[in-house]
Amino acid sequence: MIELVREVRRSYALVERNFNLIKRYIGWEIVFLVYTVVNTLTIAFIGVNPAGGGGGGGDRVLYLVVGALLWGFLSVLFHEVAESVQWERWEGTIEYSFMAPMKRLSYLGGVCLYAATYGAVRTVVVMLAVVSLFKLDLGSANLGAAFVVLLLSSLSFIGVGLMAAVLPLLSPEKGSQAAHILEAAILLVSGVYYEVDVLPAWLQPLSRLSPATYTLRAARAALLQNASVRDIGSDLALLLAIGVVLIPLGLKVFNWGELHAMRTGKLKRSG
Amino acid sequence: MQEMALECISARKVFYIRKETRPTAKPSTEWYASPGERDVGGQAVAHAGAGRAEPDAHAGAGERERGAGVGSACAGVRCNSNGCLDIRSACNGGPDSRASRGTGTNGRHRGRLAVSRAVATLFPKSVRVEAVSGVTFSVKRGEIFGILGPNGSGKSTLIRLISTLLLPDEGEIRVFGHDVVRERFAVRRLINRVSVEAAFFKKLSAMENLSYAARLYDVDIRWARERAIDILKRLGFSESKAYEPLEDLSRGMQQKVAVARALLTSPVLLLLDEPTTGLDPVSKREVQDYVLEVRGSHDTTVILTTHDMQEADRLCDRVAIIDQGRFVALDTPARLKAGLAKNGETVTLEDVFFTLTGKALKESRLEEEDYSD
Ligand SMILES: Nc1ncnc2c1ncn2[C@@H]1O[C@H](COP(=O)(O)OP(=O)(O)OP(=O)(O)O)[C@@H](O)[C@H]1O
Ligand SMILES: [Mg+2]
Repeated sequence: MIELVREVRRSYALVERNFNLIKRYIGWEIVFLVYTVVNTLTIAFIGVNPAGGGGGGGDRVLYLVVGALLWGFLSVLFHEVAESVQWERWEGTIEYSFMAPMKRLSYLGGVCLYAATYGAVRTVVVMLAVVSLFKLDLGSANLGAAFVVLLLSSLSFIGVGLMAAVLPLLSPEKGSQAAHILEAAILLVSGVYYEVDVLPAWLQPLSRLSPATYTLRAARAALLQNASVRDIGSDLALLLAIGVVLIPLGLKVFNWGELHAMRTGKLKRSG
Repeated sequence: MQEMALECISARKVFYIRKETRPTAKPSTEWYASPGERDVGGQAVAHAGAGRAEPDAHAGAGERERGAGVGSACAGVRCNSNGCLDIRSACNGGPDSRASRGTGTNGRHRGRLAVSRAVATLFPKSVRVEAVSGVTFSVKRGEIFGILGPNGSGKSTLIRLISTLLLPDEGEIRVFGHDVVRERFAVRRLINRVSVEAAFFKKLSAMENLSYAARLYDVDIRWARERAIDILKRLGFSESKAYEPLEDLSRGMQQKVAVARALLTSPVLLLLDEPTTGLDPVSKREVQDYVLEVRGSHDTTVILTTHDMQEADRLCDRVAIIDQGRFVALDTPARLKAGLAKNGETVTLEDVFFTLTGKALKESRLEEEDYSD
């Protein structure tokens, strides 16, 4: 028990460090936040009057905005986790962080805790901006249920992020770029901006494998149709199950990658 | 706690390095005539072997891989203190260069050569570098143990093996009885390390970096902050600088923060990989004095690599000299010097170093010139 408390305290090192870094890059943080708002607005405008006419309007805007917001959150989460290793390797601190007497789970847990907090704050800011600009009606939205969706989907995305975080250990220079491929594939099959039915039949099985598919379906039900936690229970259970499988799997993959780096000398080359 | 702080038994570490072919291969005649070429192929092996024959008495057995070129001047890897160069490409240089001048070689042959070159460029061969080859030694608790050696001789690799950052290919390393592979976690509680380059989050201040390190080791944060300031002051680092981003500090100052980071967690085995490289003479002294003090007051065992012979002489109880991944000598500085002294002349640790690593000053200069061409 005492050891558990100590590990949690150790994880906090990562959270504090990353927030300290944000302070130093505050200008860039604002720039990126503005970029995300602009991006989300662009997508929302597609909903107002889609190209070629057809049914635009409030619900369609909300449909797209929910997709953009959730995707924004999940990709922040995914990127922060996947790039944490890349950053440490770039600064050369990775040897010091990995040499500390700390379980890798706590290290990565700290990274994830930070990523989820940071991603949630950003999403709320973007959401407020978009809702006020479009005067979106959230009267029939079940925000509580949407929050539960966010929480459970974080688990699976952390799992995927852990697997992506290993890439810079395998290829220090190019590995993190490979993470984008994974992200693009998830975006394609998960129905972020369209229903997955429009996908060709051969892609549809992949959409069933992606946790983002259930996240979006459940979040839209909660925000657009005022669905309760019980109504979306089956999607939530699926998300939980995927998370429970993906996190240990991600850790295993990460451990394997770390051992590989320690065998081949890829943690750091010189000095 | 055990009396033996560190036991290292036949530790071996091999790297496979992708290397490019030499772009401007010289014609073979010119190549062999160059003065540095005593080290090519078969001769290289003979030379290196002869150089090592005497000190090998101290070192472990096992041949360091240096290419398959015994007896053939064209195959193999040429080595000096900077590492190894694959000379296969250089030997191809003979016919190649004739081909490129179009003397006596037909077009098909030229085409094949071009293809094989393109393949070699796109998929370079891996060269095997044995960074640490069967090193055996032990360090007693409370000892300051020095490791001296030329660039690329394997010092940092050895330190990384001890600090659980690299997995040894063979052999066993134990820190206070804990195996660095199987009981990594236990070893990590006991050690900390300073490397030659101060690796930090450069946008963060010294204090923020030190707090991060302290939290990773679960050291009480308030105590750690006070102690960090104490250590930094002790190393001649003014307190106000501790709150500036590290990227704005000089290299030497960053190095002092690195020393503070290692000492903050009160390690019982302190691994110092060239801790004073880049420090001015006063700062160097301050760090050296502090290392001595820490050993005295905290019973800390220290393993120190350095290129500063005076530093080794001053700090170390025993010194090992490593060359091409093997220990070629291991003794107290006094005995190492005494071993070389003839007719009462004064011998420095530097003399010992030159003798045992087989490099007279002139020789090492020639090699440098040869590599820079
Ligand atoms: N991570 C790595 N990947 C590949 N090769 C490596 C790696 N680390 C070291 N080497 C190789 O191992 C050999 C020993 O390197 P090492 O850094 O241990 O030398 P060193 O004695 O510390 O040198 P220096 O005095 O320059 O610091 C060199 O040939 C180097 O190229
Ligand atoms: Mg080194």
